[in-house]
Amino acid sequence: MKKLQKADYIKMYSFMLKIRRFEERAAQLYGMGKIGGFCHLYIGQEAVVVGILMTIDKNDSVVTTYRDHGHMIARGLDPKRIMAELTGREDGYSAGKGGSMHMFSKENNFYGGHGIVGAQVPIGTGIAFTHKYNGEKNICRTYIGDGAMNNGQVFEAFNLASLWKLPVLYIIENNKYGMGTSVDRAAAGLDLYKRGEAFGIPGEKVDGMNVFSVIEAADKAGKYVREGNGPYIIEVQTYRYRGHSMSDPAKYRTKEELDNYKQTDPIEIVKAEILKKKIATNDEIEKINKDTLEEIKNAAEFATNSPFPKDSELYTDVYL
Amino acid sequence: MSTEILMPALSPTMTEGNLSKWLIKKGDTVKAGDLIAEIETDKATMEVEAVDEGVVLDLLFKEGEANIPVNKAIAIIGDPNEKVEVKKESPNEKVIEEKKIEKNIETKIENKKADIIDTPLPKIEEDRNLTSEEITMRQALRDTMAEEMRKDNKVFILGEEVAEYQGAYKVTQGLLQEFGKERVLDTPISEHGFTGLAVGAAFKGLKPILEFMTFNFSMQAIDQIINSAAKTLYMSGGQINCPIVFRGPNGAAAQVAAQHSQDFSSWYSQVPGLKVIAPSTPYNAKGLLRSAISDPNPVIFLENEILYGLKGPVNNDVNFSIPIGKANIEKEGKDLTIVTYSIMLQKSKEAALRLKEEYNLDAEIIDLQTLRPLDTETILNSVKKTNRLITVEESWPFGSVGSEIVNIIQRDAFDYLDSPVIKVNSADVPMPYALSLEKLYLPQVDDIINAAKKVSYIK
Repeated sequence: MKKLQKADYIKMYSFMLKIRRFEERAAQLYGMGKIGGFCHLYIGQEAVVVGILMTIDKNDSVVTTYRDHGHMIARGLDPKRIMAELTGREDGYSAGKGGSMHMFSKENNFYGGHGIVGAQVPIGTGIAFTHKYNGEKNICRTYIGDGAMNNGQVFEAFNLASLWKLPVLYIIENNKYGMGTSVDRAAAGLDLYKRGEAFGIPGEKVDGMNVFSVIEAADKAGKYVREGNGPYIIEVQTYRYRGHSMSDPAKYRTKEELDNYKQTDPIEIVKAEILKKKIATNDEIEKINKDTLEEIKNAAEFATNSPFPKDSELYTDVYL
Repeated sequence: MSTEILMPALSPTMTEGNLSKWLIKKGDTVKAGDLIAEIETDKATMEVEAVDEGVVLDLLFKEGEANIPVNKAIAIIGDPNEKVEVKKESPNEKVIEEKKIEKNIETKIENKKADIIDTPLPKIEEDRNLTSEEITMRQALRDTMAEEMRKDNKVFILGEEVAEYQGAYKVTQGLLQEFGKERVLDTPISEHGFTGLAVGAAFKGLKPILEFMTFNFSMQAIDQIINSAAKTLYMSGGQINCPIVFRGPNGAAAQVAAQHSQDFSSWYSQVPGLKVIAPSTPYNAKGLLRSAISDPNPVIFLENEILYGLKGPVNNDVNFSIPIGKANIEKEGKDLTIVTYSIMLQKSKEAALRLKEEYNLDAEIIDLQTLRPLDTETILNSVKKTNRLITVEESWPFGSVGSEIVNIIQRDAFDYLDSPVIKVNSADVPMPYALSLEKLYLPQVDDIINAAKKVSYIK
């Protein structure tokens, strides 16, 4: 297991908090009509992507679903430009043409942001194919929602990845609901990671509310994949506090269930660990909180002041 | 500084809400993420969280108050020691202003023509590098892929039976032997999966040539072709392009019936972000495939199984290419224009010979070669000269490439027409199996002749 330094704890806490504050602010801007369309928040799931992030190499690739804001923040991308994409402005990562679900940063090896459930899985497998084809030691982390685990192309990709020993790490973010349908009403057999067994892909289940468990699993799995052994699956058990998208009141689950998960809030777990280990004082934590709130406030300010794309942009970027 | 908490829009359609419950009271300290109220919308009751921090200075609505407009301040938080300042401009007006701007953008948009490369089109009869030996379309395609693979290590081929079997239609014959299994890959029968994989590889910088055993099977993968390959450059604001060629036989073969005979030319030509090519001879297959492989965009390359054995001379220069977006005037004429592509070029040529012999009609034949972007200029110039037009294609009639050409001609050359345009297409039914019905289904030389007579008012 990767040895965590003091700075790592602070980094984890800061990133997770930044994601949460970002999403809360996005919800506010949505409520004000500044963000349109679909908007899927990551609140509650922060430990997943931040835990995985702690084991990533700069040249590794990432591809994920439409619940992507947190993934971009964790990749070190600029919250200002992420928010500006959400508001559909020219400073957004996709110059205002992609929106919440379709954001990319090629220079940071972040390949989206995909709006079609399951489609990112063969794509991530193909990016891994390229790493191998080019003789690079890098791997592609491909995130999959629990809903996509019932989608045929996912298994086609698993088969190809295992057949061709591709350096792809699949991370199933099992947040218990595919939109409003709970996993047990959608998937036969409960352990989603075991679906890789048929293709000879090893995997394991991890507590996704605890960032330390995620790091441990991601570290082990990352090494396995990087050494050329083929794909690996981590099923991370997590929970989204909010509905599927902004307009979902989440009536399909009980308040008790939500409250239960909030008892194991991923950010609080890290904070408690930091205080227990005396890595930072309460005051220092407060300072991080304040700075984060300020940073995200500025991002929102930037995103609402950035201009709309020019009319002439309508016909650009369709052919290279 | 104080901050107003506004009535949030909790769905794209919500305009007002009811304040069903306050979860905070005046004087409370609120932190980001704290629940502050329950709001009832037309669809549901939802909890609202605080985004800003501070002390609740005022609650502007009572519990149970209904029909509060979205973006109206419902509470004020801030520092209790500071004075509350009320903003003059309500955020609601701002939203309306922004909506207005969006509306203006919509109305100002002009329909822009797709760029067509301004390079002169090579003429086969004037081509000095033309081989004396004739080769098949199959060989022309294979040779071009091999030439491009020798030039660029990023080019690789994948598909069902492309490697060890040497290609279901032998188009990839010998490639495995020359380039090895790292660059010539047999895939399982999983179009959706391997198409997505190839698209991902192209996003990351490789140049895949993906063979569909036939384009009928591309329907299994069409989400990846359109939603991923065609749209990502646009969705990423120009960051991520997809240099991939999807190729394979399209349209009817011989008595393979409904599920294996579909023509996809108009399906793919409808999609911005894709380029669509349909070669008709070994000569243009070579030149066009080279352009397709070199193109940084996704290209649909529609071959035809029956044409694989067609022989003809080619240009053997390994850099010879035909630009995408240029039609070829296959035969010049003055009495009417026949616009066609792919296998229907052969039937159109046969029809033109008979039209000359039997009716003294001199038909001009335009072979589109590329369906998207469409070379409208060549078609328009021809119609302005001949004043009569028929389109000939294997596709179903509804919304076909011919339909779009009819639209362009009536818009841009209405006054030049001496008769209505006639489209010749396959029958508007699934492809039948029986030999007799199959013949009836497909456009035949007689159908082309009848259409030509009709636009020429010959009984």
